[in-house]
Amino acid sequence: MKLTLKIWRQKNQSSKGAFESYQVEADEHMSFLEMLDVLNEQLISEKKSPVAFEHDCREGICGTCNLVIDGRPHGPSQGTTTCQLHMRSFKDGDTIHIEPFRARSFPIIKDLVVDRTAFDRIIQSGGYVSVNTGQAQDGNAIPIEGNTAAKAFDSATCIGCGACVAACPNGSAMLFTSAKVQHLGLLPQGKVEHKSRVQKMVAQMDKEGFGFCSNVGACEAECPKEISIDNIAAMNRGFVGSMFSTEE
Amino acid sequence: MSLTGLFLITFLLVHLIGNLQLLAGDEGQAFNIYSDFMANNPLIQGISKGLYLFILLHAIQGLMMAWKNKKAKTSKYAGGRGSGSWASKNMALLGTLVLAFMFIHMGDFWYKIKFDSNSINAVSYAGLDHEIKDVYSKVMETFKNPIFVVAYLIGLIALAFHLGHGFQSAFQTLGLRHKKYTPAINFVGLAFAILIPLGFAILPLYMFFN
Repeated sequence: MKLTLKIWRQKNQSSKGAFESYQVEADEHMSFLEMLDVLNEQLISEKKSPVAFEHDCREGICGTCNLVIDGRPHGPSQGTTTCQLHMRSFKDGDTIHIEPFRARSFPIIKDLVVDRTAFDRIIQSGGYVSVNTGQAQDGNAIPIEGNTAAKAFDSATCIGCGACVAACPNGSAMLFTSAKVQHLGLLPQGKVEHKSRVQKMVAQMDKEGFGFCSNVGACEAECPKEISIDNIAAMNRGFVGSMFSTEE
Repeated sequence: MSLTGLFLITFLLVHLIGNLQLLAGDEGQAFNIYSDFMANNPLIQGISKGLYLFILLHAIQGLMMAWKNKKAKTSKYAGGRGSGSWASKNMALLGTLVLAFMFIHMGDFWYKIKFDSNSINAVSYAGLDHEIKDVYSKVMETFKNPIFVVAYLIGLIALAFHLGHGFQSAFQTLGLRHKKYTPAINFVGLAFAILIPLGFAILPLYMFFN
């Protein structure tokens, strides 16, 4: 299949970027990233600079690949990361726009690569459990209701890719932050620090310059792990609760 | 945003119920007595001061949020429109339209009733010991002008879309989300967003065509 790619090229953070057009011959069995690999090999053999993009596991579990494909983070497939998107989702002769995640708190490093360390700093601010929780058998010895365990697991499937921020018209990181808060706060080991965790992580999120949540719901629609905005409501509830708490 | 919004939602309901007396078919007696009561009752006067404060708070907070959110986003994407309803992404625009409408509306009635008594005639009814302002006739006169009717309808359409997102969004912000109750909240929100502006829209249309 012959494709026309309009790819965002930007030398570095301070330079002005623009779309550039490329022709590529792809196979429908290729993943989207493999198609970009083909393009890059082509560019290298032409002695041109290859397109910079991020990728790691290519199994949809690491959260490294990003890309906004035709206006949608991780492309047109529901609940799928860019690496798991295959070229059979496109037709011969298609024109595809590929651009980086866009948000003030995710500055562009080069081409399609953005700096997502703001997420790391949110985790560092409170996304941990400070007590020793023992070995695996200690965890298994604590009875946890099935429903609660399932909810915590659903929240824990967040891979921290940042698609929620990219999809949000406000550039808000509420879905990511709330998934992390809920993942820890629902389980007995994490419950102890829940109140202070909510306060710290929300404060860091605001400090990083992410926008405010106005409940548009685009994050939930574009999340490759289909994290629900139930998490955001639950975090809001926890935040209000922590404001009236006398605990440290 | 959510708390002030929910307060303003309850105000809309009270305001509509009061105004529906315009349709009572008694040459405005019920409505005029009601507006006299609203203008002079000390409790209502106290609440209305709170209402002005909440309207301002809601507007200022909303505009500040929209400004900060605009800064948090660098630019739009080239392909595609993105997920999420149109109303949810344009709350600031819709809110500004509603605010502009409110200035026109308060200029039409509130200002004239309070500070421009010459523009409103007095009327007396049996059983009342003093003359009261004939607000009903003022409303009738205003809505004979098609420009006002159209301006009001535009304001109300903006209000409908603003409520369509705002009602359920307020509950989500407060963390009131539940498998069982959220569908009910969404349904009531949708019904509210359609019925309340529709109820208000009947008034100028009724006045214009009668």
